[in-house]
Amino acid sequence: MSALTREETDALIAEVLEVYPDKAKKDRAKHLMVNDKTLESSKKCITSNRKSLPGVMTMRGCAYAGSKGVVWGPIKDIISISHGPIGCGQYARAGRRNYYVGTTGVDSFCEINFTSDFQEKDIVFGGDKKLAKMINEIEALFPLNKGISVQSECPIGLIGDDIEAVSKKATTELGKPVVPVRCEGFRGVSQSLGHHIANDSVRDYILSNRDGQPFEKTPYDVAILGDYNIGGDAWASRILLEEMGLRVVAQWSGDGTLAEMENTPNVKLNLLHCYRSMNYISRHMEEKYGIPWLEYNFFGPTKIKESLRKIAGFFDDKIKEGAERVIAKYTPMMEAVIAKYRPRLEGKKVMLYVGGLRPRHVVGAYEDLGMEVIGTGYEFAHNDDYDRTIKDMGDATLIYDDVTGYEFEQFVEKMKPDLIGSGIKEKYVFHKMGVPFRQLHSWDYSGPYHGTDGFAIFARDMDMTLNNPCWSKMTPPWLKKPEPEIEKIAA
Amino acid sequence: MANIMIRQNPAGGLVFYLPKRDLEADIQSLEFDTPEKWGGELKLENGGSYYVDPIPKPERLPISVRARRLGAAED
Repeated sequence: MSALTREETDALIAEVLEVYPDKAKKDRAKHLMVNDKTLESSKKCITSNRKSLPGVMTMRGCAYAGSKGVVWGPIKDIISISHGPIGCGQYARAGRRNYYVGTTGVDSFCEINFTSDFQEKDIVFGGDKKLAKMINEIEALFPLNKGISVQSECPIGLIGDDIEAVSKKATTELGKPVVPVRCEGFRGVSQSLGHHIANDSVRDYILSNRDGQPFEKTPYDVAILGDYNIGGDAWASRILLEEMGLRVVAQWSGDGTLAEMENTPNVKLNLLHCYRSMNYISRHMEEKYGIPWLEYNFFGPTKIKESLRKIAGFFDDKIKEGAERVIAKYTPMMEAVIAKYRPRLEGKKVMLYVGGLRPRHVVGAYEDLGMEVIGTGYEFAHNDDYDRTIKDMGDATLIYDDVTGYEFEQFVEKMKPDLIGSGIKEKYVFHKMGVPFRQLHSWDYSGPYHGTDGFAIFARDMDMTLNNPCWSKMTPPWLKKPEPEIEKIAA
Repeated sequence: MANIMIRQNPAGGLVFYLPKRDLEADIQSLEFDTPEKWGGELKLENGGSYYVDPIPKPERLPISVRARRLGAAED
């Protein structure tokens, strides 16, 4: 064990902050903490969800990213219009790999960039007419869409376009939901507010559309919330739930449809994977429809077991038995995965810096593989996320909120982790530093990582990255010591 | 005045939630807790306190109500 002690970690934070001017140092110090498992609330030791400091490199996104990219984008039969200049839609297009079943361009539209492509004249004269025309064009070209959402980009809020009026008119004309979403990028301090805005618009325009309509219920209906089917994650989770006897009515929002979302108020239990992005709608459904919600974690066998039992606790003996059956069925497979990869990964140290749920959820999966998470942090978490993190992390580990590019590099240099899990913006920096890296936002073009099927892939990927022979080739040829002659002769 | 939501946690206690600030905290004490009169001053485990106009006890939780801040917990 070479993890730092509490004092050493404190000293490290102080050392890293040394370069900042006094004001910046004071501000950044509040966002860094050394974990203390005895704490009940994170409030006193870490500040989160605050505006990033000007002048430092932050990895955060914007409200539009949170709404279009995370919550609305993956719904496959709703067309999400990126309303505004073309770049936001184009550079956010299909980057998150939210898989779905369907024919793109016919009945599914996630991978297509629909944008109103604002020009100067639209800013000067307003873009409402263009939006109305665009909605009609979409309806003519893609008649199988089930609804349209209008995702505002910054200029829409700045010039004061009335997208609500256009949407309302289009809703009556088309007879389909047309949802205005006020997720202009400048709102809030990070993508987190975008999630909230998106949740609120789902609540206002979608959720109660089918109230009072007949729906064939079973006592085992559940909905998967906050699983965006990255690389097929939601499918891997769904297998486990269905095998234990539950009926998954809806997936929010990876591979989800409008009909599924509208039917969600009929379920018995909402299963919440990403707490940060979907807790708002879960709380609303709990209040309005009396549906309880439950946070679960499908990363790694230990957490899967725990979660399956917790979920089964809400149902009768049939499901409880089903949960045990599923656990028993997959235990040998999981043990085989651990037996194969644990010896290769045992004792390795990991540092994470991701968003949403991963900084705390994947810790269990790493621990199952014998690895240790020595530092973790969120891009856009709030204090309730840190409350949950404190319990999942080891004592005296480093926790950083909205870490800056400089701080993260310094931490890595000093703590020397064997693997880093973070996003694409950090990936090449650390590759150049010679540290193995996994891009944990979209699983580095692999996945799924959820569920038992996902764990096998997760373990393989971690091994593939960490034990890749390329890391021993980091010394450039001119710095290498001359190879012994004998080897050359042998070759 | 702020909109807050009061819900029950699995252990049976009440939880305070302030959506605007994503603040979640256990409620330590509720001033009035009878079938006819429910509400009043809420004391939170983080040190904050809020005031909710007393209403008849709600049949079902969670419930969204308007609350006034009496004492801030932080900043």
